[in-house]
Amino acid sequence: MRRLTQMAVASIATAALAFTVTGCGDDSGDGDSGKGGADKGAALAYDIGGRGDLSFNDAAAAGFDQAKKEFGWEGMEVEPNEGETDADKIQRLTDLAKKGYNPVIAVGFVYSKAVGEVSKKFPKTNFGIIDDPVEGKNIANLVFNEEQASYLAGVAAAKVTKSKTVGFIGGVETPLIKKFEAGYVQGVKDTDSSVKVEVKYLTQPPDFSGFADPAKGKSAAEGQLDAGADVIYHAAGGAGNGAIEAAATAGKWAIGVDSDQYNAPTLAKFKDKILASATKNATGAVYNLIKSVHDKKPQSGEQRYGLKGDGVGLTESNPAYTAMTDVVEAVNAAKAKIVSGEITVKTEP
Amino acid sequence: MKNAFKFDRERLLLGIAGPVLALAVAFALSVLVLVASGLDPIEPFQIMFSSLQEQDVQVLIVNQWATYYLAALAVAVGFRMNLFNIGVDGQYRLAAVLAAIVGVKVSAPGPLHILIIILTAIVVGSIWAGVAGVLKTARGVSEVVSTIMLNAIAGNLIAWMVLKDQFGEQAEGSNDLTTGLIDESGWFPGIKVSDFAGEIYGFVFIAAAVGVVYWYVLSRTRFGFDLRASGASESAAAASGVDAKRMVLVSMLISGAVAGLAGMPELLGGTHTYSSNFPVGVGFTGITIALLGRNNPIGVAFAALLIAFLDKASSQLNLEGYPAEIAKIMQGLIVLSVVISYEQVRRYGQRRQQHRVGEELAAQAKKNRKEVSA
Repeated sequence: MRRLTQMAVASIATAALAFTVTGCGDDSGDGDSGKGGADKGAALAYDIGGRGDLSFNDAAAAGFDQAKKEFGWEGMEVEPNEGETDADKIQRLTDLAKKGYNPVIAVGFVYSKAVGEVSKKFPKTNFGIIDDPVEGKNIANLVFNEEQASYLAGVAAAKVTKSKTVGFIGGVETPLIKKFEAGYVQGVKDTDSSVKVEVKYLTQPPDFSGFADPAKGKSAAEGQLDAGADVIYHAAGGAGNGAIEAAATAGKWAIGVDSDQYNAPTLAKFKDKILASATKNATGAVYNLIKSVHDKKPQSGEQRYGLKGDGVGLTESNPAYTAMTDVVEAVNAAKAKIVSGEITVKTEP
Repeated sequence: MKNAFKFDRERLLLGIAGPVLALAVAFALSVLVLVASGLDPIEPFQIMFSSLQEQDVQVLIVNQWATYYLAALAVAVGFRMNLFNIGVDGQYRLAAVLAAIVGVKVSAPGPLHILIIILTAIVVGSIWAGVAGVLKTARGVSEVVSTIMLNAIAGNLIAWMVLKDQFGEQAEGSNDLTTGLIDESGWFPGIKVSDFAGEIYGFVFIAAAVGVVYWYVLSRTRFGFDLRASGASESAAAASGVDAKRMVLVSMLISGAVAGLAGMPELLGGTHTYSSNFPVGVGFTGITIALLGRNNPIGVAFAALLIAFLDKASSQLNLEGYPAEIAKIMQGLIVLSVVISYEQVRRYGQRRQQHRVGEELAAQAKKNRKEVSA
């Protein structure tokens, strides 16, 4: 008898939970209550890391801040939890749309499925997603030709190297970072095919510490310096700060990424050795999208940011770089060829 | 008989006292943290509880529950045997990725297709855990060390397998790598709640059934007795004829098999593919849950529900202007208070038992003396 009741309790408590819990709720959304207009402002859903990663998320946040100041709303920023599922992301974007934020901008391809599904539920809300091609009438895809900027970095590296060896450090081995590698290697080889490129990725997904841990970047850079590299290009977010430190300390060149790292306060000690930075104007892209919604002419479909229109580029803030006129000339020539279509940069190594 | 029943009830009370005390302490500490950071100490909890009324949040919690419950049971099987399987996370992920790959490569009619995927996950999970089991029985390598290392190896294996040269697929223009989409015949049917809230994964019921099996095997079979006996005292178990090495290996295999199942609710019900988006860290959350639920199938079920609730309800905090990390801090505080309060309750129970035994002995002695003097 007791055995039976215990068993009954075990099965009822576990299985019935599913029924009872869901049986008694209200439908939290009525599907399409997206209140258009820019009254509540934009919402930004970050990728893991969130604001303060000194890289990609921060660049998007800067565009958001700019719009916030200009249009005078509060807006909303949300971050994911570690280990969450697509369903969580769907819920997060749904909440944002439901509360009337417009546009809802997702930073990174991890939101691909979520943006696709939620945008159908809220046809009057505009969605944006960075680095992903998911299609929808009310979705703007903010995509970048990172490989083009990386190509220019490769040209510069091949021009300044004396040891005929240069390094590439990727944060996490994802298709996105492989675009950086592909462009860089092609840029180096097109300029001087005798230059050797050392390639190193810090971590493999789903271990994303390769974007965050400067110690990893530092030891990888030291390894490449030992192998004779005298220019190191990193596409490793916060971890790349360690690579810049290692290269600069050894008196070698470093090339920064995403934002103009020559002017980054945290890297001021090493700025003299930061040759240039391959930038990606996520700030402008996010701002443009928000502005387009504000102006009631919302962007939709692919918004491509390449060398053409300066959506990506190579900075010229280090005077030591601009002093090397032959290097600058070579880079500018390569840029012109890419813009005109004479050179097509590969997106895969 | 009456006595035995009373003793049981006391044990039950003590059993419940641990988690309740832990939760109360964790709650109090969380309030302190909130006050210390200058935030309203009560509103976050109100927000979290009120989000429970929303159907989509409920569905999220229930679906997450299935994953957490299975992961926690996998950990609990090891705990019962005094084995600390930290590798549940690696076993779960490796099983999920290989099950996804097999699911894409194989085409079969519905139920068979699903069965093949599930079996792959079970086999992969138990083989991966079995490596640690063999290392322990053959070479005496601590399973704590070997499973942590196997986690790292699993991570790299997976990264290699999802490359395009192996089994990976990359949609045009996308920056994500997946293992390709499993045919619809390999999708586990769910229960649709509404268009808005989505569906409850059918695998939720499988997870519940696994809980029943866990309970039955552990408390109603010879094997379960041997397992618990070896966990309580290896030498005593060996003296009564239990092969300790075999038990270690078998329980690692079972733990890994259940860990393999943990990826199935998401794979068969949600994503239908393995991508870099697939949840990580589930195995570690499982450790928390198994601890909180005291390895008891019902306790673990409630603990999994609580952690799933904290996870899902916390995203609402973010929207109301509170940092979602509050929920993370709470989870951490729960683990700490669980360890401390269980120890306190155990000591209290032990003292009471000693006390009672002492009393009974004293009474017996008194009676004996009386008899003697009479």
